[in-house]
Amino acid sequence: MSKSTPELVPSNVGLGGLCRRYRRFALQTNTAIRLGGGVIWLLVLVALVGPVVSPYDPTTQVLEMRLRGPSLAHPLGTDALGRDVATRLAYGARVSLALALAATLVRLVLGTAVGLLAATGGRLVDVLLMRLVDVQLAFPGLVLALVIAGVLGPSLRNVVIALSIVGWASYARVVRGTVLSIKARPFVQSATLYGTPWHRLVKRHLLPHVVNPVIVLATLNLGTVVLAAAGLSYLGLGAQPPTAEWGSMIADGRNYMRSAPWLVTAPGVAIMATVIGFNLLGDGLRDRLDPDHLNDRQRRRT
Amino acid sequence: MLRSLLARLGSLSAVMAGVSLITYGFVFLTPGDPAYTILREQRQSSPSAAEVAAFRAEHGLDDPFLVQYGSWLTDAVQGDLGTSYLQSEPVTSLVLAQLPNTLELALAATAVSVLLAVPMGVVSAVHRGTWIDRASQIAALVGISMPNFWLGYLLILVCSLWLGLTPVSGAGTLGQLVLPALTLGTGMAAIVTRLVRASMLEVLDADYVDTARSKGVRERLVVYKHALRNALVPVVTIVGLQFGTVINGAVVVEAVFQRPGLGTLLVDAVFARDYPIVQGVVLLTTFAFVVTNQLVDLAYVALDPRIEHRGERP
Repeated sequence: MSKSTPELVPSNVGLGGLCRRYRRFALQTNTAIRLGGGVIWLLVLVALVGPVVSPYDPTTQVLEMRLRGPSLAHPLGTDALGRDVATRLAYGARVSLALALAATLVRLVLGTAVGLLAATGGRLVDVLLMRLVDVQLAFPGLVLALVIAGVLGPSLRNVVIALSIVGWASYARVVRGTVLSIKARPFVQSATLYGTPWHRLVKRHLLPHVVNPVIVLATLNLGTVVLAAAGLSYLGLGAQPPTAEWGSMIADGRNYMRSAPWLVTAPGVAIMATVIGFNLLGDGLRDRLDPDHLNDRQRRRT
Repeated sequence: MLRSLLARLGSLSAVMAGVSLITYGFVFLTPGDPAYTILREQRQSSPSAAEVAAFRAEHGLDDPFLVQYGSWLTDAVQGDLGTSYLQSEPVTSLVLAQLPNTLELALAATAVSVLLAVPMGVVSAVHRGTWIDRASQIAALVGISMPNFWLGYLLILVCSLWLGLTPVSGAGTLGQLVLPALTLGTGMAAIVTRLVRASMLEVLDADYVDTARSKGVRERLVVYKHALRNALVPVVTIVGLQFGTVINGAVVVEAVFQRPGLGTLLVDAVFARDYPIVQGVVLLTTFAFVVTNQLVDLAYVALDPRIEHRGERP
């Protein structure tokens, strides 16, 4: 399984090494990366261009046009307040993507910092931080996010906060594991003996090795965050009306399932396509960037 | 063995101590004065200062945080999770009343997931690289990526509204269990399918499988007797680990089917700011989650003695 990976070669460190590596990987895509990337690009395009080209407003109610089926003027029909479903989907794409990016970024930064500190700090720091990680992972994720978002009050900002607090620990675990295995290697040992200061050691020798597993985790995470955020919005904790958001669009549409099934179907397909895109991309990137991947089972400590 | 059990117990208590602290601390994330917010939420109007003071006194909210936390934890350990703000009933009895519904759903969903996932994973691994494999992998990907509340509505739409086979909502009868269990089980099945496939592929490459083949055992027997038995060891434990997923999923799925249960109890309590219930449900489900994980780890070692010490990390 474990073959010697090119990114462990000492010459590949620092920002220059990183760029070189990515140029190489850019040429080595696989089907999953291309498919997933394509879906995500399409989605980004819809999020950016859709609202600009659409002749409709996502929130203005046109009551005489309510619950119309799909037609040329309204390709995905209209909802119970006469708003164009396709337009709302495009605005919803903005919300979902922005939210997923924000929450994932906070998770990533927080988790990486904790993992680095745990791996490079003293024994006590390590034990304390990893206990914290264990505690975070002990909660069923959505339950914790639900409670945090609920206590803070329903809003999109609070959903981002809740989903950031919930997901950082797996990054800490991945980063700590990777750094610990790198730390024992001769090039890090010699750098340490050479008197390299901590921040330089981290920046030049340790962080570059963390990048790949973290990128893979973050990509897969984007999908999970989209799902969780949609779930919270569906329960009424996320976007508040009249904001167009996929999860709350499903919640709005549920009362019209018999007469207007497209109201529930369309946002669901959008969520599913987004998550499939991120999952494909993540799986593909994992095969490329993190071939010695340890699954969660092997990483678990508690 | 005893030492490792004690070590597990120690780390479990440490984790639960942290969990309980965080669970209790939630209340203090409430913007402004929790007592004021809770009362305003309950009455739908601004409470007077006297009412707020009375509420604080009644529920011990004037004490320092650590004192409140200490008394809550001491009671919780003895099975008393406090009294609901709204229903003035003990949280423990409210939770126990809802527990059977959620357990029923969890067990049914797990059964669905195993029944779907094991055959799919095995067939996928045996026919590796063929269209069957690809189809089942695509199905697993779709299953993982689908929001389960949406799947619930699709099932309601097709099975209840169009075909009229099952009731739309509620709990109690077998008919009312089918759709929620399918909804929750499908997502789990997708994860388990991938694991069965991976585990099966690993086993099919093993030497003893080659040996069995070369001594002329029929392929069917090789797959189902020699390989599957060993491949199922990690699967058994993963199914156990899915408990957390079940609780997560139950919150949403119960809302879709308007099923009474722990999830519904929790969501309603979150919106009503009935914090004793929220804290009780979170503490209990997390405790159950942590204990299951420990049991699963133990089962893993028991089922496969080869991995006794592999779990230890530097």
